[in-house]
Amino acid sequence: MALVTASRRLAQVSLRGYSRRTAAASGAWLSAQRSFTAGIQPLRSDNKVTIHFINRDGQKISVKGSPGDSLLDVVINEDLDFDGFGACEGTLACSTCHLIFDEDVYKKLGEVTDEEMDMLDLAYGLTETSRLGCQVCLTKSLEGIVARVPESVADIRQSQDGSS
Amino acid sequence: MSSHRLLFSGLWTIGRTRWISRLHEGKHGCGRAFFSSGKPKVCIVGGGPAGFYTAQHLIKACQDAEVDIYERLPVPFGLVRFGVAPDHPEVKNVINTFTQTAKQSGCSFYGNVNVGKDVSIQELQQAYHAVVLSYGAEGNRTMGVPGEDLAGVYSAKDFVGWYNGLPNCQQLRPDLSCETAVILGQGNVALDIARILLSPVDVLKKTDITQPALEALTKSQIRRVLIVGRRGPAQIACTIKEVREMVNLPDTRPEMVAADFQGLREVVKDLPRPRKRLTELMLKTALETPGEKEQERRNKASRVWAFRFFRSPVEILANPDNNRAAGIRLAVNKLEGSGEGAQAVLTGEVEDVACGLVISSIGYKSLPIDPSVPFDSRKAIVPNNMGRVQQAAGLYCSGWLKTGPTGVIATTMNNSFDTARSLVEDMDSGMLDVSAAKPGSQNISGLLEKRGVIPVIFSDWEKIDSVEISRGEATGKPREKLLSVEEMLQVTRQ
Repeated sequence: MALVTASRRLAQVSLRGYSRRTAAASGAWLSAQRSFTAGIQPLRSDNKVTIHFINRDGQKISVKGSPGDSLLDVVINEDLDFDGFGACEGTLACSTCHLIFDEDVYKKLGEVTDEEMDMLDLAYGLTETSRLGCQVCLTKSLEGIVARVPESVADIRQSQDGSS
Repeated sequence: MSSHRLLFSGLWTIGRTRWISRLHEGKHGCGRAFFSSGKPKVCIVGGGPAGFYTAQHLIKACQDAEVDIYERLPVPFGLVRFGVAPDHPEVKNVINTFTQTAKQSGCSFYGNVNVGKDVSIQELQQAYHAVVLSYGAEGNRTMGVPGEDLAGVYSAKDFVGWYNGLPNCQQLRPDLSCETAVILGQGNVALDIARILLSPVDVLKKTDITQPALEALTKSQIRRVLIVGRRGPAQIACTIKEVREMVNLPDTRPEMVAADFQGLREVVKDLPRPRKRLTELMLKTALETPGEKEQERRNKASRVWAFRFFRSPVEILANPDNNRAAGIRLAVNKLEGSGEGAQAVLTGEVEDVACGLVISSIGYKSLPIDPSVPFDSRKAIVPNNMGRVQQAAGLYCSGWLKTGPTGVIATTMNNSFDTARSLVEDMDSGMLDVSAAKPGSQNISGLLEKRGVIPVIFSDWEKIDSVEISRGEATGKPREKLLSVEEMLQVTRQ
């Protein structure tokens, strides 16, 4: 019964979100399984992907993530302190995980769904090569890419929502 | 089965909680040494997103600051709890970050405290080094037309408060036995209301919408909702996600006036991408012949939603007994100019629409809290410079009170961070004198006790939270909200 309820809740999230949350769930499950025997160990993986973030001060921060992680997952897991990043926790309900890429990198990132585009349209400082970090998942082919955190995290709905 | 339940949901929660913790705990090296005899103490008035985001930033930037959030209701989170639509639960995820903030050792939450009645702004200013006003916009703009006071006419703020469980909106009990509802305004709040009025009950019953609202909507006879704006499709204030939700709403079909879209196709390609995509979606919905499957779906639909453009309200028309709304008289406009700056100008024509429910969704409005606090009644905000209240040392503002009542949570976040930055700058520069110790909550607690006011602290809210969640479990909802302040306080005393 609880599994049905839990999976119904998972199903309410978009498909991408579903696979991301099950990844988190199984990750936690596996971590906990190991903890019964050997203390808590992170999942070992030899196929890490290096990515570089450029923060709002222009500093380059190089980190590693695992294939399948979204860029938001990487920001969180690596404790990268971008103010206000990921407010809705990766559920396509805001635009605060907005990242900007070079054109050649942007082309490698894959198709953008209407859902993502709808939220991206509200991002402050939107460009032709913008994506939401929670929707871009790492693969080996993205080794060494650079993602820039743009100036501000404001949604533009403040100007679109009618005005006094 | 029960062991699986514990393991699966428990571990999922643990994994997720860890993920959330790391998302929200900034490891920030911005601590400063205060050459003072005490900690800087800041008081925040209002426990909604503005209050919590201001607190979050302050605590991160000044690790020894004491930040106290005062909130009138026993429950925190403001419009995140009472404004965000029940079918948009992801938007409420920010509550997790607010919870983290409230649990920081430097932060305290005091609910059930009415600033202005239980304690004055002056008393807060005496007890704290700085006071941040983040109490938002509890009033609303009125249409200012005859008949606005008839039964069946509501402000969007009250209607949303009703279905979201705001205690002082529970008496609304709107009559939903009419066929047509007219909503004035075309922002996201207007679209939320249209969607809630027309959503299948099977969808709503799995959300945290209140039980009385769910029952009323189950019995509702409303089959047609018109969403009316003064200007044209190119000026519409809502955003594409909400329009797409209307287009995809089960068992409904759109009803637009093709003439409203005249000339729009030609200009669309030159619009900036967000406006372009939104306009294209509306053009498609209004003008394109749907495919066979979609046409069939529309034919079978039992409910209708429509945008009506170039119309302004001039009068709410009463029934023969003159005690209820039975229609609305709309003036027909034309546009002067184009784009965002286009103006609606009366043509002299009017049009009457029969309806039994009128909801005015034309904007919230902030109210002044105290004569000693400067207030701009034209803009309905506290006049300020980057969050510093003009001509009032030690007084700051954030959120809608600072910029006016538009914008989403992320807008408020940025706005609040900016105010917090101004405050920290002022502490650093000495503009705000934090060298002398201040008593902070100690004094205020004493005052409140003398006045018979018992604050609700964060762990008390967690009792309310628990009760709501477990009541929700019985009906398959994420929570069953408590609907009165009395009931909330009762739970905290257990």
